[in-house]
Amino acid sequence: MKKNTIYEIQGLYRDNFRVTGYEFGEGEEAVCIVGSMRGNEVQQLYCCSRLVKKLKGMEEEGKLTPGKKILVIPCVNPYSVNIQKRFWTVDNTDINRMFPGYDLGETTQRIADGVFRVISAYRFGIQFTSFYMPGEFMPHVRMMDSGLEDTELAKQFGMPYVVLRKVRPYDTTTLNYNWQIWETQAFSMYTNTTTRIDRKSAKEAERGILTFLHKQGIAQYHGHDGYLSQIVKDVDMVSVRTGKAGLFEPAVSVGEEVGRGRILARIIDTYEGEVIEELTAPVDGIVFFMHGEPLTYADTAVFKLVVREE
Amino acid sequence: MITTVASKALPVDEELKIQKNRIEPENDTGSKKRISVVTGIHGDELEGQYVCFELIRRIKEQKENLKGIVDIYPAMNPLGIDSITRGIPAFEMDMNRLFPGDIEGNMTEYLAARIMEDLTGSEVVLDIHASNIYLTEIPQIRVNAVHEEQLIPLAKEANVDFVWVHGASTVLESTLAYSLNSIGTPTLVVEMGVGMRITKSYGDQMVDGIFNLMKKLGIWEGKTAAVRQPIISRNPKDVAYLNAATGGLFVPAVRHGAQLKEGELIGRIINPLSGGVRDEVRAPMDGMLFTIREYPIVDEGSLVGRLLRTL
Ligand SMILES: [Zn+2]
Repeated sequence: MKKNTIYEIQGLYRDNFRVTGYEFGEGEEAVCIVGSMRGNEVQQLYCCSRLVKKLKGMEEEGKLTPGKKILVIPCVNPYSVNIQKRFWTVDNTDINRMFPGYDLGETTQRIADGVFRVISAYRFGIQFTSFYMPGEFMPHVRMMDSGLEDTELAKQFGMPYVVLRKVRPYDTTTLNYNWQIWETQAFSMYTNTTTRIDRKSAKEAERGILTFLHKQGIAQYHGHDGYLSQIVKDVDMVSVRTGKAGLFEPAVSVGEEVGRGRILARIIDTYEGEVIEELTAPVDGIVFFMHGEPLTYADTAVFKLVVREE
Repeated sequence: MITTVASKALPVDEELKIQKNRIEPENDTGSKKRISVVTGIHGDELEGQYVCFELIRRIKEQKENLKGIVDIYPAMNPLGIDSITRGIPAFEMDMNRLFPGDIEGNMTEYLAARIMEDLTGSEVVLDIHASNIYLTEIPQIRVNAVHEEQLIPLAKEANVDFVWVHGASTVLESTLAYSLNSIGTPTLVVEMGVGMRITKSYGDQMVDGIFNLMKKLGIWEGKTAAVRQPIISRNPKDVAYLNAATGGLFVPAVRHGAQLKEGELIGRIINPLSGGVRDEVRAPMDGMLFTIREYPIVDEGSLVGRLLRTL
């Protein structure tokens, strides 16, 4: 294991800003794994730290294939994590909206450029990422539905779901999208949480990544193979929206199978305690995403259901 | 008449409302020509607030000269303005990346769609921004190259110092201006001054420009001041971006709008801990400094200024 500084900016009153990478093996740039890019992505950081520890042990045991290089970058934004701010310290920009970056541009464009120069050479790219809305997910692997993706590869993680995301205009500046454009097979790994640690789904993601490495001949790993992944397009998921704003009281949990008509949540009046709305499942399905805050606005997609296959 | 363009109930005893003030001629002229002035999409940009106030005040003074409709929307993002937040609070979302919106979508998409509906059909829309809290700008209009033909003739009448035609970018397709221009409602994006402040002289300049536009469109018949002839820049090579080579505190040596010679000092990046100068920012060519850093703290890469080449 080699610990390298991938990108560095001189600080004024803070220690220098450093992006640190952990390299395992030498030779062909086989797989790069990236952790938190936003200051609240603690679970993503945790998942990578587990992988660094695990890969270090596997390297010592000779279980990593010679001639294949693995790079893990647990955190692309230590400055923001250390002050618990989601976006960049001074100008509030999002590094994950700056790819492929620009070396003569603004600070976060430079960081994106400095990191992307190193990681765009890898054959596979895996990013632990978070959703823009706070909530809990079924663990899954996500790919951009850009026409360049290979869903058969994504199944090798053995995660319960592979989600294909329709590309929106603002996606074109994310790491995942640019990895694909520069011919890296890119996967986003979603575990259950972001701001708090969930060990169970972190373990599952770790197993998924090691299984993938094994199937690609990058490492020897003999855990269980996981699931036969179901491929779902994000546009085919059924959203359940609130009609009213209020307190959000869920009646189900993520991963639960629900029949059509089942009550998913109740919206409660914040002053008078009355139930002002009952949200029910419009289809037979599985709860894939659930809103994670105690309050909700009106018109908010608080559930996403995967329609149950016949 | 003040009306509500869109509204939604918030969780605790509050209605979120986007309001506008419609000013119409005393006696119906039959004209349905309409100019719309929009501001406050970014909650930390306040320069447009004074423009709205002053525009209404001056129209009311000579109401007899009004021959069409003036719609004024001072607060597209009321929650952001109230909380000094650039984006929409709680959603951590830039409202100017939500257009054209979706009437069936979430709260923010719904608001965006209602705003689009309401503005559609205006002769011209002015979307007034105030840069951000980091940079000060001379009064200027920014035009996406794909809509250049329709917009330049209007931009020339708006009394700004500079019209900047910039290249197309996918990300900008979700702005209010791009969305309105795409459906044939001409929309000018004004950038002037700095975030969190009101620069009265710029506001007055802009109000003169709006009256001139109204006159050209047949919405106003009163006297108007002569407008400035803006410099129009189309070639990206004529604009130099000055990014900090190092972090520190930027102390300017000149003011925005200054005409500079190549090599002239624009400012220093200092280190108050050591007492040293970390870098000197100098003009890379002869030009006019149309943007300058207002907020002193810079990181490596932070924009400290933009220079337009003297031709
Ligand atoms: Zn703005």
